Amino acid sequence: MKFKRAQIGAVTFEGGYHNYYQESWRLLKKNRIAMFSLFVILALFIFACFALWIAPYDPNKQVLANRLMPPGPKHWFGCDEFGRDILSRCIYGCRVSLSVGLFSQFIACLIGYFMGVAAGYFGKKTDAVVSFLIQMFSSIPFLLLAMALMFALGSGLINLYISLGLLSWAGTARLIRGNVLQLREREYIQACRVDGGSDMRIILRHLLPNCIPTLIITVTLGIPEAILAEASLSFLGLGVQSPTASWGSMIAGSEAFIRTSAFYSLFPGLCIIVTVMAFNMLGDGLRDALDPKLRR
Amino acid sequence: MKKYLIKRVLLAIGIIFALSCVTFVILNVIPGDPVALMLGDNADAATVKAVRANLGMDKPLPQQYLSWVLNLLTGDLGISFFQKKPVLTLLTTAFQYTVRLATISYLVAVVLGIGIGIFAAVNRGKIADHALMALAITGISAPSFWVAILLQIYVGLQFKVFPVSGLAGPISYILPCIALGTRYAAGIARITRTSMLEILNQDFIRTAEAKGLSPLRTVFIHALRNAMLPILTVIGTNIGELLTGSMLTETVFNIPGIGKLLIDSITKRDLPIVQGCVIYIAVVCVTIYLVVDILYAVIDPHIRLEGN
Repeated sequence: MKFKRAQIGAVTFEGGYHNYYQESWRLLKKNRIAMFSLFVILALFIFACFALWIAPYDPNKQVLANRLMPPGPKHWFGCDEFGRDILSRCIYGCRVSLSVGLFSQFIACLIGYFMGVAAGYFGKKTDAVVSFLIQMFSSIPFLLLAMALMFALGSGLINLYISLGLLSWAGTARLIRGNVLQLREREYIQACRVDGGSDMRIILRHLLPNCIPTLIITVTLGIPEAILAEASLSFLGLGVQSPTASWGSMIAGSEAFIRTSAFYSLFPGLCIIVTVMAFNMLGDGLRDALDPKLRR
Repeated sequence: MKKYLIKRVLLAIGIIFALSCVTFVILNVIPGDPVALMLGDNADAATVKAVRANLGMDKPLPQQYLSWVLNLLTGDLGISFFQKKPVLTLLTTAFQYTVRLATISYLVAVVLGIGIGIFAAVNRGKIADHALMALAITGISAPSFWVAILLQIYVGLQFKVFPVSGLAGPISYILPCIALGTRYAAGIARITRTSMLEILNQDFIRTAEAKGLSPLRTVFIHALRNAMLPILTVIGTNIGELLTGSMLTETVFNIPGIGKLLIDSITKRDLPIVQGCVIYIAVVCVTIYLVVDILYAVIDPHIRLEGN
């Protein structure tokens, strides 16, 4: 019989042997809100990937005759102060938000995992140092340091990925540290060590697979945080460079026209809400599906 | 308890010190030259150099850091480049507005959040529960600055009583407080509901009901007290975030708080204020968390024993 590592939480049910992830997927599929969110997220990714073909107009093309044009049959979401099509800019804004969410959380997840493992697995002084760093980063609002970092690095997408990634790993690290503290006493870890397995082997081949559920949840719930942070930074002029369309910077642009063109601020904000909500609800669903403690 | 207290205070001091390091490193690798920017394009190199020397910016970085930290300890955060006033004075003046805004919003958010959470938990599975929780997750997902702008458009501009910009009497706090408080009210409502549901399912609640206690007494006295710890944790951990949320709200409503000061200084690249703001807020946050942690230790003996 062939056992995979992922079968640790294996459960049998209704006449079949399913591994942990198959079981989680089955539970997730039953959660209608989570599945709907997943569908929305996939749609958003399609928008982001194929923005070039989906967007009806060039997002940066200025047609001054259309300045602040209200929504109509030609421009569904209206036009902004430079006569640029808001719908197209919202679609291109997907790219910024989703990529910031994904890349920053990828960086945060990498740092968080290795920091957490270092603290939990090696203990002692390493643990003291990492725990101090975790405490430090969680005792200050991360948007504040992100503002300082973006001020220093200058606006731009790559800088957003880096600064949001560098500053939001503390939560992941804390959870991974907790996981590893429990895992490292397990027999199979001891066995691997007795067998002469190196620390790196234990960390990557044995601890990592067991930390994946935690990582999936923290990344899914970290993405909306990052998207909101990016929107806030772009709103403050510290995010993307103009004329790149970002939902946050569009809202900032609309601020001067609230008296005349209420529609302008409405749509980018709705985009943020829909995206953030979808990730939050998928994250909640994933937590319910992946956490064995919640299974009945 | 004494041991825990000393340990926790030392940790807070260490964190503040480390954060001052981080802030200094982040802000002093800026590619642009704030002095050149401050003096404008017409300034010749000699003037720029003289001003740099005057501000102590020609010295090596470690030395600059040391003098900055030493001044910090005496409460001297330097002089603003543009406003030519001591940074600490500007900060404390601005901070009053932020504190007022944040406190009112948070108080309302806590009361509203707990109220909604309890109501939803008691009416579990009914339409009201679903509607409120849908509202709560929308509230968590909405960026506060956008909510602020919507409030300006659909309330401020429609009803002339609420000013959309600046401060004119207590009434001008209403919209900013709603904008800032929504998110936290929503978060607190969610955790209150979860925590209450857990408690409401327990045996002692059934006992309380069985012995004929009024539902109000059961919910508020028996259940809420036991459900309070997770709620308090969320209330405590949100306080730091509240300050950054307040910054965005201040920017939208043009309130002269610490957030507006920071954003304006960032736009002008007024380095002493930016640096001062970050470290000031950091000190405030670390102090708040210190107080919150100590309060937890008073409430929950597990916490203070864990450290030993």
